[in-house]
Amino acid sequence: MNGERGANKEALFVSGHRACHGCGLALAVRHILKATGPDVIVVTPTGCLETFSSPYGYSPWRVPWIHHLFENAPAVASGIAAALSAQKRNNVRVVVIGGDGSTFDIGFGALSGMLERGDDVLYICTDNGAYMNTGGQRSGATPTYSSTTTHPVGRKSMGKPQLKKDLPAIVADHGTPYVATASVAYLKDLRKKVEKAMTYHGPRYIQIDTPCPSGWGFSSELALEIGRLGVNCGLVPLFEMENGSLTRVRKIRKKLQVTEYLKAQSRFKHLLQEDGSEYLKELQEIADQNIAKYALITSS
Amino acid sequence: MKITIGGVVKGGTSLAYKTGSWRDQRPLIDLDLCKACGICEEVCPDNSVYAEDEIYYIDYEYCKGCGLCAHECPVDAIEMVLEEK
Repeated sequence: MNGERGANKEALFVSGHRACHGCGLALAVRHILKATGPDVIVVTPTGCLETFSSPYGYSPWRVPWIHHLFENAPAVASGIAAALSAQKRNNVRVVVIGGDGSTFDIGFGALSGMLERGDDVLYICTDNGAYMNTGGQRSGATPTYSSTTTHPVGRKSMGKPQLKKDLPAIVADHGTPYVATASVAYLKDLRKKVEKAMTYHGPRYIQIDTPCPSGWGFSSELALEIGRLGVNCGLVPLFEMENGSLTRVRKIRKKLQVTEYLKAQSRFKHLLQEDGSEYLKELQEIADQNIAKYALITSS
Repeated sequence: MKITIGGVVKGGTSLAYKTGSWRDQRPLIDLDLCKACGICEEVCPDNSVYAEDEIYYIDYEYCKGCGLCAHECPVDAIEMVLEEK
């Protein structure tokens, strides 16, 4: 086949997919599959990943991959895991890679069912904080005071007024043995978490922060820079929870103010105008609460 | 295009779609500055950086010109220049 050289010789997710320039999600998928290896079946609900990786006749996937509906990825994955178990094919594992819209909102019921039943599925949520595939509508994962097309900024609105849903905590409360958050800004950490999750059996959940140049409003070369700012200001805490208790966090070496993170993205630019200061204070409080809750800074 | 039973598509067929035509900025690696650390390969969302014998190359058939490799390069060995045809 054409183009089968260089980086594409060994890759499980190859070039020619139609993600935007500098897509954090496409980068995350490459590294997820590096960590899982080839013996996986990937299930993807509707979302950016499904759209950019499935124009008919052009698949970048070199592992078995299935798309179905927005709401039922966990149910489909449970079925595949049950079939593999019935066939005693224990060497093949099931991985869901879905966006925050399907995970936090539309497929949440099915996800809860999968967790409660204890099915052997690794569920990875690639979180870009809105329905980016359809133009950036608000989701349960949209951060507070972010402007979205369904919660635009105007005279009486400063963007989404609610908090981001704390899904890792909800998942952990189901008794899920392994829950972690990661960021594409820290790729080694991301791969290590996926590798670790693959050593567990039963349901596992990893939520990956995937900066989105077109949806968040920044230039494509900054995708990882923005990811790092998010982690180091405390708005995107990176941690691992095993059997319900916090076991490891990625410490912040040099704490940044949330404004450093917010001013780099047009979805938050209204907060930096005159009337935004009290809202900025609220976001700083959210970051400080995260830092205290997860002990992100070592007190010396 | 022929529709297969179940709509099944062969893996890796997206290689026939050359995303290099999307590019308006072209990354150029200065091999004299390059320390072969491999970060550019790590951060490419399009699998378009590869090494042969520790020398790094850009695959211009697929590189969309996002500039992540140039921005993340610790020794500034990659320059983005305007694509001209």
